[in-house]
Amino acid sequence: MQQRIVGTSSVRKEGAAKVCGTARYIDDMALPGMLYGATVRSSIPRGRITKIEFDLEIPWHEFTIVTAADIPGSNSIALVQNDWPCLAEKMVNHFEEPILLLAHPDCHLLPQAVSSVRIEYEPLPSIHSIAESERQHPVVWGTDNILKSYLMEKGDVDAAWAHADYIIEGEYETGAQEHLYIENNGVIADYSEDAGVTVWGSMQCPFYVHKSLMHLMALPEDKVRVIQVETGGAFGGKEDYPSMIAAHAALLARKAARPIKLVYDRAEDMAATTKRHPSRTRHRTAVAKDGTLLAAEIDLALDGGAYSTLSSTVLSRATIHAGGCYYWPSLRVRAHAFATNTPPHGAFRGFGAPQSLFAIERHMDRIAAAIGFTPEEVRRKNFLRPGLTTATGQEIPPGVDLDHLLTRALEASSYHEKKLRFEQENPRRALKKGIGIAAFLHGAGFTGSGERRMRSIASMDATPEGNLRVLVSSTEFGQGTNTILCQIAAEALGIDYDAVCMAPPDTHVVPNSGPTVASRTAMVVGKLVASAAVEIKRILIDSGYLHEPYITADFQQAASAYVKDRGSLCAEGHYQAPPNVYWDDDTYHGEAYGAYAWAVYVAEVAVDTVDYHVSVDDFVAVQEVGRVINPVLATGQVEGGIAQGIGYALYEKVVWQNGHMSNNQMTNYIIVTSQDIPPIHVYFEEVPYSYGAFGAKGLGELPIDGPAPAILNAVSHATIEDFCAIPLLPEDVMAKLVRSRFQVGEEVSA
Amino acid sequence: MTNQRITMTVNGVDRTIEAYPMERLLDVLREKLQLTGTKEGCGEGECGACSVLLNGELVNSCLVPVAQAANSRVITIEGLGSPANLDPVQEAFLRYGGSQCGMCTPGMIVAAKYLLNHNPHPSPEEIREGLSGNLCRCTGYMRIFEAVEMASRAQRGKSAT
Repeated sequence: MQQRIVGTSSVRKEGAAKVCGTARYIDDMALPGMLYGATVRSSIPRGRITKIEFDLEIPWHEFTIVTAADIPGSNSIALVQNDWPCLAEKMVNHFEEPILLLAHPDCHLLPQAVSSVRIEYEPLPSIHSIAESERQHPVVWGTDNILKSYLMEKGDVDAAWAHADYIIEGEYETGAQEHLYIENNGVIADYSEDAGVTVWGSMQCPFYVHKSLMHLMALPEDKVRVIQVETGGAFGGKEDYPSMIAAHAALLARKAARPIKLVYDRAEDMAATTKRHPSRTRHRTAVAKDGTLLAAEIDLALDGGAYSTLSSTVLSRATIHAGGCYYWPSLRVRAHAFATNTPPHGAFRGFGAPQSLFAIERHMDRIAAAIGFTPEEVRRKNFLRPGLTTATGQEIPPGVDLDHLLTRALEASSYHEKKLRFEQENPRRALKKGIGIAAFLHGAGFTGSGERRMRSIASMDATPEGNLRVLVSSTEFGQGTNTILCQIAAEALGIDYDAVCMAPPDTHVVPNSGPTVASRTAMVVGKLVASAAVEIKRILIDSGYLHEPYITADFQQAASAYVKDRGSLCAEGHYQAPPNVYWDDDTYHGEAYGAYAWAVYVAEVAVDTVDYHVSVDDFVAVQEVGRVINPVLATGQVEGGIAQGIGYALYEKVVWQNGHMSNNQMTNYIIVTSQDIPPIHVYFEEVPYSYGAFGAKGLGELPIDGPAPAILNAVSHATIEDFCAIPLLPEDVMAKLVRSRFQVGEEVSA
Repeated sequence: MTNQRITMTVNGVDRTIEAYPMERLLDVLREKLQLTGTKEGCGEGECGACSVLLNGELVNSCLVPVAQAANSRVITIEGLGSPANLDPVQEAFLRYGGSQCGMCTPGMIVAAKYLLNHNPHPSPEEIREGLSGNLCRCTGYMRIFEAVEMASRAQRGKSAT
């Protein structure tokens, strides 16, 4: 059926407020009598706290001081396991671990007060890398430093090596990445015996914060209220850590009996909050002469930091994506998340997939080189196709066509022409040009049985004036949640986009539609909103208030009259798993995701062999994401993800010193600027997914997966060298090119 | 150091405030004048979220002591337009997807306004250069470039008629 609103670029719902500067973020808000909070943190990577002293020159009686002893409930931030302390009591396990909280009416007095709390430690040995953690010397978490392990197997890997024509091995590494949302983390908390705790804040997942506060404050469900306010970027970085900040502000508010504002500055946000998990992936691949992939043995390791937080779920997604978008008759993935004494690594757009897809897509180019195929040939030969099964045994549905995506990407990038030209011209030039491909997939929604366990609810209601509202806990932080959900509702109701609005994301007002993560909002929550909308329309028609055909004004009049007569008009959409979906958590077998999005990206680079600077000169992104709800917003998501991916590949290096981020400033942690970004050409193929809203699949995370491998493949093409680790900074390029020039020199002289 | 009386013309209105001379213009705008549209992203002049016009020049208000703004003209995002009466640059950012999370948006629009004030029809390279002091983490800049180009084109259309 022809759609009126879905598929058009409706204007961003909260856009006018944003372009006028009237949108209210947490630091733009204040409550009467509000105090400012600050956090005293550990200054060593691991040790026992032996003494806490307060310098005498500070008038401490003016300050509210909170320690772990002030926690009424459980001293932990509730996530998957509950091992993450809200405030350290006896032990610290990483730099910047929160120990003590302060509040004062004058925010300018807080920095000096924080540095006047002297904490003495008995230092203990600490570990700061996957390799150190593997050696278990010392053990810093559990009995073996392993936060989580998975073993995923398909076919008979061990039997494959004997009749392989080629066995190709490789090791790939990725670094930590800082989210660098432009708005730092922050909340305001208020507390009273009657109402309990109320938190307003910058966050992705109000019900995560809600659950965590119930445990921490020992309060029932109705005495904890969490309200998301306008949020200035998140990218996963506001999935887990807001529960920590909200906990701190709530404890201070309870003790001070005053509202507390706790907003981080940039240095604190970068040093103390989560980052993308660093990774190391080892591949061993059996390949036949004709280019067919026979078997893979993949060893995947993530650095999870000091506590388990979300590492188990990040590792799960990394494991499932480790084989990439190829058919493997046999495959074995052994995956481990290791504890180290760094601040816990957490959710970041892509959630494990960018790490394992970097490895497989770099490895595919090395396989191609080893067997004498081109990168595009070896990919085409092994693409997953309808009827074939993924590593978890999930059958690829009709319509998936990676061949077509590859062909379109190669054409749009003039791949063959450029590749030939660069190879002819490079030997004579100091500026070496290269072109590289990445083909990949990204599963939308929670992994495995996650959506069935979550049992999300979305609802719609009508105001007395007859305006229709969408009620969800799915939050807007730039990706377009407000806009696309209102488009979906308006489409299903058969009314104008302007007649639909969002209810405030307030846990006292909206049902739990789940966290705003995992590229699930359009596909999963959108579908629930559409069902609620259909139900609203049915109620109005069946009760005789509305008659078809109608225009928006008729609908609003009918809704208004219904509310006046009957008190309220509302309807809910409940999650229902698509039929024949099966998942086994123990064997990692079955339908890992409701749907995958698919993509082929092509990067063109120039490597300056004088100063070793790498620039990305052109970028083509072809993807199939189901129905595109809003082309302008969708294109913006892809372009933004590619910009972050370019940074991940070439600029963004977290410099660690004993588990402490030493470059926690925008001055020396470098992201892509308007002068670094190449022209980005975005193309969508639309194959509607029956169980997503109007055919939508997930989109938000996909574009971060492809740029890093495509760029490193292009750099390797330009330099005829193998670069297998990111971030790839000029000094890394130099080290390899100088070394190889030296080695060539040696051979000549010998 | 003691408070001083400082007078500035902010968005066309004379304002007098009491402030420490070294107080950041950013804090005076946000806290004393409740003009919270100007944002703080880094506090060290890297990100441009706090961009305002000071006597017509583009500055990072986190690096300007308020004493330096005494007796000067300051234009913030609130001085450009309102939801009911958008400036053409705001209109273009809204329509063409130049704003996602919105946190860099006020500074980015002020920087774009400054660029177009001085160069009504910038080339793509001039747009990239003109916005290079303003970091955006959401958009990848493409929609922002398009918004500035479309605003420039709208101006051209207007000046032709």
